[in-house]
Amino acid sequence: MRGMRLVRFILTRLLQAVPVVLGVVVLNFLLLQLAPGDAATVLAGEAGGATPEYVEQLRARFGLDKPVIVQLGLYLKNILLLDLGFSFRNNAPVLGLILDRLWPTLLLMGATLVVSVGGGVVLGVIAALGVRTWRDHLISIVAVIAYATPLFWIGLMLILVFSIRLDWFPTSGMENVVAFHEGWARVFDIARHLVLPTITLSLFYLALYTRLMRATVLEQRGAEYATTARAKGLTERAITLRHVLRNALLPVITMAGVQVGALLGGSVVVETVFAWPGLGQLAYQSLFARDFNLLLGIFFLSACLVVIVNILVDVIYVLLDPRIRVGGQS
Amino acid sequence: MNTSFRVRFLGNPRVLLGLIWLALVVIGAVAAPLIAPLDPFAISGKPFVRPLDGFLFGTDSLGRSVWSGLVHGARTTLLIAVIATVAAVAFGGLLGALSGFYGGRVDNILMRLTEFFQTIPSFIFAILLVAVLSPSTTSVVVAIATVSWPPIARIVRAEVMSLRSREFIQAAITLGESDSVILFRQILPNALSPLIVTGSLLVATAILTESALSFLGLGAPNFMSWGFMIGAGRSFLRDAWWLVAIPGIAILLTVLSINLVGEGLNDALNPRLRTP
Amino acid sequence: MSSAKPQSSAAGVSEPVLEIRDLSVSLPAWADRPRAVNSVSLTVGRGETLCVVGESGSGKSVMARSILRLLPEPHLRISGGAILLDGEDLARADDRRMRQIRGGEIAMIFQEPMVSLNPLMTVGRQIDEILEVHTSWGKAERRRRVIATFEDVRLPEPERIVDAYPHELSGGQRQRVMIAMSLVLEPKLIIADEPTTALDVTTEAQILTLLKELQTKHGTALLFITHNFGVVAEIADRVAVMRFGELVEYGPAANVLDNPQHAYTKALINAVPSLVPRKHPPRNAEALSEPILTVRGLEKTYGRPQSGPNWLSRILPGLGQGRRSAVRAVNKVDLDIRRGSAVALVGESGSGKSTLARCLIGLEQADAGSAVVAGDQIVGLSRKGWRPLRSRVQMVFQDPFASLNPRTKVGDIIARGAILQGESADAALSQARNLLDLVGLDAKAAERFPHEFSGGQRQRIGIARALAVKPDILIADEPVSALDVSVQKQVLDLLDDLRRQFNLTMLFITHDLRVAAHVCEDIIVLKNGTIVERGTTADIFANPQHEYTRTLLSSVPGRNWQQTIPDGYPARHV
Repeated sequence: MRGMRLVRFILTRLLQAVPVVLGVVVLNFLLLQLAPGDAATVLAGEAGGATPEYVEQLRARFGLDKPVIVQLGLYLKNILLLDLGFSFRNNAPVLGLILDRLWPTLLLMGATLVVSVGGGVVLGVIAALGVRTWRDHLISIVAVIAYATPLFWIGLMLILVFSIRLDWFPTSGMENVVAFHEGWARVFDIARHLVLPTITLSLFYLALYTRLMRATVLEQRGAEYATTARAKGLTERAITLRHVLRNALLPVITMAGVQVGALLGGSVVVETVFAWPGLGQLAYQSLFARDFNLLLGIFFLSACLVVIVNILVDVIYVLLDPRIRVGGQS
Repeated sequence: MNTSFRVRFLGNPRVLLGLIWLALVVIGAVAAPLIAPLDPFAISGKPFVRPLDGFLFGTDSLGRSVWSGLVHGARTTLLIAVIATVAAVAFGGLLGALSGFYGGRVDNILMRLTEFFQTIPSFIFAILLVAVLSPSTTSVVVAIATVSWPPIARIVRAEVMSLRSREFIQAAITLGESDSVILFRQILPNALSPLIVTGSLLVATAILTESALSFLGLGAPNFMSWGFMIGAGRSFLRDAWWLVAIPGIAILLTVLSINLVGEGLNDALNPRLRTP
Repeated sequence: MSSAKPQSSAAGVSEPVLEIRDLSVSLPAWADRPRAVNSVSLTVGRGETLCVVGESGSGKSVMARSILRLLPEPHLRISGGAILLDGEDLARADDRRMRQIRGGEIAMIFQEPMVSLNPLMTVGRQIDEILEVHTSWGKAERRRRVIATFEDVRLPEPERIVDAYPHELSGGQRQRVMIAMSLVLEPKLIIADEPTTALDVTTEAQILTLLKELQTKHGTALLFITHNFGVVAEIADRVAVMRFGELVEYGPAANVLDNPQHAYTKALINAVPSLVPRKHPPRNAEALSEPILTVRGLEKTYGRPQSGPNWLSRILPGLGQGRRSAVRAVNKVDLDIRRGSAVALVGESGSGKSTLARCLIGLEQADAGSAVVAGDQIVGLSRKGWRPLRSRVQMVFQDPFASLNPRTKVGDIIARGAILQGESADAALSQARNLLDLVGLDAKAAERFPHEFSGGQRQRIGIARALAVKPDILIADEPVSALDVSVQKQVLDLLDDLRRQFNLTMLFITHDLRVAAHVCEDIIVLKNGTIVERGTTADIFANPQHEYTRTLLSSVPGRNWQQTIPDGYPARHV
């Protein structure tokens, strides 16, 4: 019964995501129009690689002699058929290039979400429970500083300390390719490579969720239902764990959903610093190769990724909050 | 500005610390040529001079003074962040105000647009914008403003909506007051304090975005900036750590100060909502 | 302030369960007074109901919460005295002992059941928790007990409601859950802090009856906090009156209600509007014939009317966005209001009374029907089309704290309407000063800002603002429901006075039949957007025709307690 309604909810949300995806395509098209030179040269990868014949072929395919609206239609059609074009720089179809780089980014994002949301919730609760004690002050001060630290800088500093000076973690990459690890050894190797990038990308969000969690726990502990629980004879511990925690989680989950897009943006910088072979690094590389078409493809697919993660976050929210009517709009 | 506000605001030690650092940064930015007469792009000495060895903060791989870069970089970073924030606040504020005031269809369309810009990965979009428009001061400002306005629009919309349903606005309507008078003379003055707080915190975000862009090499060319210095010093991390560490600390302290001042402003403007 | 020592009528109490001796609760340094509760002594006897009455700021709620030590420490804390539960001092009990007492020996019911229940937990589980903490029963046994208690408080389908979330229940049901929560372990004492204030009058009557009945059945003592003398008359055995944290009068209900000793109690009781409609002077026959407002077939529906499925549900049937089902707030209403009359629009929440008023003043656009004010059609008018008619209808709003712009001087607030009607700024401002005088405020108030005034004074400013454009019709939307009783009466009398003085037509929206009886000679009863009964106040109160009107009238708390009825007009002391 509830399962059926949940499936329905997900379907509805997927349908609602259609305009967003279309919007990104239109945005891509507008950016193409904005770019210097005509779209075909941009699509072919500006600084060359493409033959003049191929550029002519592109002109015909995108109808560049036709009115803008027809061009938009053709562009839409191509993208919706997942034909994102060809990257001459890399001598491979854009879609394949991106899909190859998707998993490292997903791994980094997943690890970051777990560390930042999980850590933020725990630290926020610890700070709120000991409000105005040394624990609270320490956590709050560290959070305020982490909240102001540029991602790329902290990444470089971590490399300086933990890789260059202490040699605890590798400086870059996702795995030691020449070691040819297999099975658990490979998993362990990847995990070791994952530590510093995850800490780097997590730090800001960890601070954000810690501060948010601390504030909402304090607010919820003052809520009237917490007084009711106190009047029932519950211990403060039970009140916090059973009543306050779940209510305080809701804003954090909402915020985590809002921040997914920013997280992907942050991964561009972090992947660049750590040479992590994900979408972000690909974006950086295509930026310097002036391979706009690849960059547009990355933007499109990462927007789709955000939409999907947002739907997942909504599902979690719905499972936690009985007030949201599944199957309808809130 | 009444006395109790001033006491609540300036009596807060975190605010004072933040204001002192910000004052130093602003003075540095304004008087850059006087404080650091060396051209930040000029070769002024041997490369990789360590800090305090003739140069306060040493020199970089080309023998350029890090101190000069820092002071001149403050100029670029602050200017871009402030202009981008003002643009974002103006645009987001207008959109939010219209959305909250008229509600219904207008609200629906404008909020869909806002949600759209909040969903797309904003930093990647900013990279794309700068790349397509080709890096320049203007394109960086445009890119930062384009990805920064949605939170402003949302906050202003929520504030305007709540004020609009307040009875004193209803009373103004029943007296026959015109929409523009209600919006600009009755609603906006009452919605100002959250706008000021969010706007000031947005400057900090803009600084972070600007330095990330220039770190990636997408900053304004021919303008020294903190992010650019870190990006340039990155390859020499092993041997010349100060090239990365010093500008990073400058960014950190500036962003931290703005956050402290912004939060202090929030506490002083909404004393009842003070974070415990 | 002659703070009369409480009469020692406590002597008549059999076997006290709770004895409060010289209780003081201190306030933080920045408060306007040093103590929220100042050496209060009270007793509650086994099985009896003690009502503590007071206006806002009297310290009654703080006193109630301090018994279970639920104060927001360290800001508020018990600074002196003793709270004896069967001889044991709770003010000095340790945390462990306090937890045993909370829910086990003393239970508490709060004002807002919606916010007092955890929204993310089923109501059954929230009651189960008490049993889990205080008993060693198994899960099945606890569930049986919860269901039995739900039956006790007469919740429908207790088996189903056990697993429901708070938002799935109605306001009345939620308060029944709270009562069940307090009763489940049959405590010695239940403290109820304004438990019916957030409820509609018919629900309030049911809850009061239930509380009384359960109290008799289980022999529980009840400490009932309220601001409403009607409720006191309904359920109290004994009454304590509080003001500024002090006890001013204390004794058996009959004595306090019918023969109050302290001047403050007398004033409070006098301020309660009587349920007996006032006699109104014979009306001017000529004025009576002229209708100033004629409404025909007025309709207003909220939410999207179900006009065919939206595009989503067309593509995938059954998947639609779940539009809010339409609510018909105002349903084919006809009205004729004659110049100079005062008509009360009475109904419970959701009856459509406010929506109707908002349609008549152009804050909402009616969907269908017509409304003619002094010859001009107002339905379908744009904001601009309304502008020349703004001087015909004006409104007094409910919340005196939200209805004045905090950044505008009082004089400018009042003068603005006249200026918009074409008056010069100087003339409008001097008229504003006269109006301030007329509503009983100093003309110098024009130079001050709203936050410098009390709730009652602000409501006077709101009235002056409405009068500044010399309206024909004044719509008053619950103008006194946010005010304390003693101030309520003054504002009501002021409105009554002004409408006679200016021959105003008044449409008075209220949920309170006492208020309606006090100011209006005609009454219209609304239910679910439809008029169910109309007539003169005297007729309807004496002989209600419609079932719903009868229920409403019989639900008014303290309806059998009649104060001395002022003859004709009471003396004015504006």
